[in-house]
Amino acid sequence: MQTALRTSLPETELASRANFAPAARVAREDRQERQVHTSGLPLSIRGLRKSFGDNEVLRGIDLHIPAGQFVAIVGKSGCGKSTLLRLIAGLEKIDAGSISFGDAAIQPEDIRVMFQEPRLLPWARVLSNVEVGLGRDRSSGDAHARAEKALTEVGLVDKRDQWPSVLSGGQKQRVALARALVSRPRVLAFDEPLGALDALTRISMQRLLERVWRDQGFTAILVTHDVAEAVALADRVLVIDEGRVAHDVMVNVARPRERGSAELASLEGSILSHLLSADDRT
Amino acid sequence: MSLIDSVSLPRNFRLPRVDGLVQWIVPLAIIAIWQVASVTGFVPVRVLPAPSDVALAGWKLLLSGELIRNIWVSFWRASIGFLIGGSIGFAFGLANGLSQLSAKLTDTTLQMVRNVPHLALIPLVILWFGIDESAKLFLVALGVFFPIYLNTLHGIRTVDPQLIEMGRIYGMSDGELFRRVIFPGALPSIFVGIRFALGIMWLTLIVAETIAASSGLGYMAMQAREFMLIDVVVLSILIYALLGKLADSASRVLERLTLSWHPAFQKR
Ligand SMILES: Nc1ncnc2c1ncn2[C@@H]1O[C@H](COP(=O)(O)OP(=O)(O)OP(=O)(O)O)[C@@H](O)[C@H]1O
Ligand SMILES: [Mg+2]
Repeated sequence: MQTALRTSLPETELASRANFAPAARVAREDRQERQVHTSGLPLSIRGLRKSFGDNEVLRGIDLHIPAGQFVAIVGKSGCGKSTLLRLIAGLEKIDAGSISFGDAAIQPEDIRVMFQEPRLLPWARVLSNVEVGLGRDRSSGDAHARAEKALTEVGLVDKRDQWPSVLSGGQKQRVALARALVSRPRVLAFDEPLGALDALTRISMQRLLERVWRDQGFTAILVTHDVAEAVALADRVLVIDEGRVAHDVMVNVARPRERGSAELASLEGSILSHLLSADDRT
Repeated sequence: MSLIDSVSLPRNFRLPRVDGLVQWIVPLAIIAIWQVASVTGFVPVRVLPAPSDVALAGWKLLLSGELIRNIWVSFWRASIGFLIGGSIGFAFGLANGLSQLSAKLTDTTLQMVRNVPHLALIPLVILWFGIDESAKLFLVALGVFFPIYLNTLHGIRTVDPQLIEMGRIYGMSDGELFRRVIFPGALPSIFVGIRFALGIMWLTLIVAETIAASSGLGYMAMQAREFMLIDVVVLSILIYALLGKLADSASRVLERLTLSWHPAFQKR
């Protein structure tokens, strides 16, 4: 763990220098301070391809994500966002190309995914659902304590003994977040985790996501339909089109970000126009 | 005084007790009407004896020890047959739900056997086993097998694939996946199978005991018919009804205990 951290740092440094060159000094200083105790893993994707039968979904994705960066992925429906995420999480087989996480030897517990559905076990109490996230440490002595701590982080420790069926949609999603966080992952991938929530719950969940990401410093990859959400949360927004990264937009806006500010709105507008132009072509 | 007491009691303290009584109102009323109808001669005693006569016959048989012995024999046959048929059905359900190979190998055969009404096998079973215990056990086991097999299989096949994927992502081993995800997910369906099987279990046993037995409740009823003891015949039928109800209640309690997570079983 320690060596992995050290070897991954210089690479991060380089990448962030390259990416952040001109603008947003504030944002950069902010992140560099955080990187001192980051536990994120950098992610490099080279020439990644994936097809299902004749359907060529990903046609050569090249991408580097520095450790601890928050990346949002947008694109029209069916463009392969979920497929990319599932490949990163190791849920699908790679056809060609590679995905690597720095030089570190990674554990299964280092990479976690959160889906649009909470996928909680209805027959397990909230706390045991969170314990599931510990992976191979499930049976260790401090499993309870660690699960409780993760529940505290998402503000649901008082629901520890409830059945999932009595929770609201937003609460279920928070339990799913706690389950993803409990093993202290170094890469956390989200596939439209807030898609099914109402507007208000969405905003409070977005705040929660941002907070845990800042506290824990994992590398975050968020697939979303909501461009406003993408620019509000992410350091960087990737637009996927025709199986490639069509646009790579830095969001150099200092945090905490003000929702609906002119800066975010103009970024959102330009990303939306990318998406729409992609849509017009088809 | 008592009025104030009952008012100050929390509502939910009294509700279950009232509930427990409510379901017995109709059976008790039927018995009362029946008694009146018999005593006034509205229903001839040769057609249907009065409940008091049935109770008296029951009391006599109880004293002679015959009743307990026959109930015990029937109960024993029912449970052993259920255990044997149920476990085999459960095992096949598990195997065919979890393994494609096993399903390919046996499912078609089992579906074919299922289409033969098991009671149609009675003549054959008597030829094989005589009117021995094993004949009854075989029939009960066969009858119980299919509902449990089919519902276990269905339960396992319909466990939410997203939950299974979740289990795999979080590094569950096959055993753990079964224990934590697949089995609990299949349990509601398995219980449906158990409830069905309990009904079939009694039905099979009654038929088998009336046709081929030298003990048990069905045999008792058939004997009584030969000697025109209609009160004993009615008594046997009532006991069957009670035993059936008892088995059903037992499975409900079990269901409530194991499925307490299920929204349908909460706060009721
Ligand atoms: N297991 C699979 N088998 C066959 N085709 C698949 C499979 N998974 C995805 N696809 C196809 O790959 C393409 C991309 O799917 P994917 O789910 O990655 O899209 P997406 O960008 O996440 O869309 P959405 O925004 O609607 O979630 C689609 O055309 C889909 O039909
Ligand atoms: Mg998707």
